[in-house]
Amino acid sequence: MAGLELLSDQGYRVDGRRAGELRKIQARMGVFAQADGSAYIEQGNTKALAVVYGPHEIRGSRARALPDRALVNCQYSSATFSTGERKRRPHGDRKSCEMGLQLRQTFEAAILTQLHPRSQIDIYVQVLQADGGTYAACVNAATLAVLDAGIPMRDFVCACSAGFVDGTALADLSHVEEAAGGPQLALALLPASGQIALLEMDARLHEDHLEHVLEAAAQAAQGVHTLLDRVVRQHVREASILLGD
Amino acid sequence: MASVALSEAEKVYIVHGVQEDLRVDGRGCEDYRCVEVETDVVSNTSGSARVKLGHTDILVGVKAEMGTPKLERPNEGYLEFFVDCSANATPEFEGRGGDDLGTEIANTLYRIFNNKSSVDLKSLCISPREHCWVLYVDVLLLECGGNLFDAISIAVKAALFNTRIPRVRVLEDEEGSKDIELSDDPYDCIRLSVENVPCIVTLCKIGYRHVVDATLQEEACSLASLLVSVTSKGVVTCMRKVGKGSLDPESIFEMMETGKRMGKVLHTSLQSVLQKEESLGPKRQKVGFLG
Repeated sequence: MAGLELLSDQGYRVDGRRAGELRKIQARMGVFAQADGSAYIEQGNTKALAVVYGPHEIRGSRARALPDRALVNCQYSSATFSTGERKRRPHGDRKSCEMGLQLRQTFEAAILTQLHPRSQIDIYVQVLQADGGTYAACVNAATLAVLDAGIPMRDFVCACSAGFVDGTALADLSHVEEAAGGPQLALALLPASGQIALLEMDARLHEDHLEHVLEAAAQAAQGVHTLLDRVVRQHVREASILLGD
Repeated sequence: MASVALSEAEKVYIVHGVQEDLRVDGRGCEDYRCVEVETDVVSNTSGSARVKLGHTDILVGVKAEMGTPKLERPNEGYLEFFVDCSANATPEFEGRGGDDLGTEIANTLYRIFNNKSSVDLKSLCISPREHCWVLYVDVLLLECGGNLFDAISIAVKAALFNTRIPRVRVLEDEEGSKDIELSDDPYDCIRLSVENVPCIVTLCKIGYRHVVDATLQEEACSLASLLVSVTSKGVVTCMRKVGKGSLDPESIFEMMETGKRMGKVLHTSLQSVLQKEESLGPKRQKVGFLG
């Protein structure tokens, strides 16, 4: 990569982080009153909103209903002003459809869908500002929203991205690091069991390095879990104070 | 649009209340709900604003991009509006479900800005016939709790107030070829004057009376409403009847008068909130969605 040094000799990244360090995460549950569950997350400059409706009756064609479990329906959209260059469509393009499918796969692995047969759970995520790691931010926001809606899950789903630069694995890539075009890995983890709900890697990476990158992403996802857990506990504490017991 | 199911008794309760000038949430017929405005919430836009009006939640981002002026107006820039009714607001908007409402709102916005006085489009011109600024005003509907049009127009005005367009200079060399030079100082930018940007006041006809800032429940009881776009001086720039019912001409004039009066008050308070926020400068603690 010409001109831009992603990792300095002292081991610092472009934005001053260490290799395995996460960006600042701030989150809030229960942003909207009308939805069944909602959450907002900021990971550095990436900002995402997630809203959950359901479980409710299947909308539209009854033929889609599953006799033994709930249907998880996801839509990913990203605001037209979220990226540096203005986007023409917020959703419906190829990337958004793919993201929707990935989210669906992730949450089907985590939600106890067999408890709600013949019903539907809608998860809508909206990226307000994109600065790398949008998939991870969406998964983390959606986890909080599903928890806010009170839908039973096996575990949290915590996601994080990782990359590989100059023999070092970097966790939680920013837009600059993503744009440099190195190998990228997106990982969604069920932190308690250490199971992987989604794993995706682009570009070429030597098999020997994969373990390090995977390890970096998993460790970062565990870090995300600690933070999300704190947010949930804080939210529950506040809610119980408001209820008066 | 997001809809609520009301029983006949609930409707009667709302209609009778309005006739007594007392609405379900305790407001009078000419009272707005509490409006929360925050500007500069999305940092990679030229200007942005978030407006919360009751349960209605709107985020507007303005992006300035360089384009070519339109043929019929060679020395003016222009505004483009786009409204995204996201599925966050209601599951009905999933996929292409929100497109109709989005187009309707965008067209209304085009119409209320379709006059020379609202925004100084000449200041957006860089070099006539060749380059101008195009302001993409993108509205994102996050939650729908009635009175969309008013909330959106307030958010658009706040976002335009917040918009900062980088200052550029056109350099011309001896052979006549032009070069555009961007100012080195990132704080050297032009601001738009929003003094004449209109706001929409929607008046909902319920029973014999009309109310401003109707909630979803009140909208469900109303057959027709009138959109009036008013500038801070009380000049009406556009008027539209919406809804499936009909209105008699006399009540239209009455509603217009109320619209003008309410519009002036709305502009004054919005302007003072924006000025106050501006005076806090970059030290202001940003709340955004975390508050």
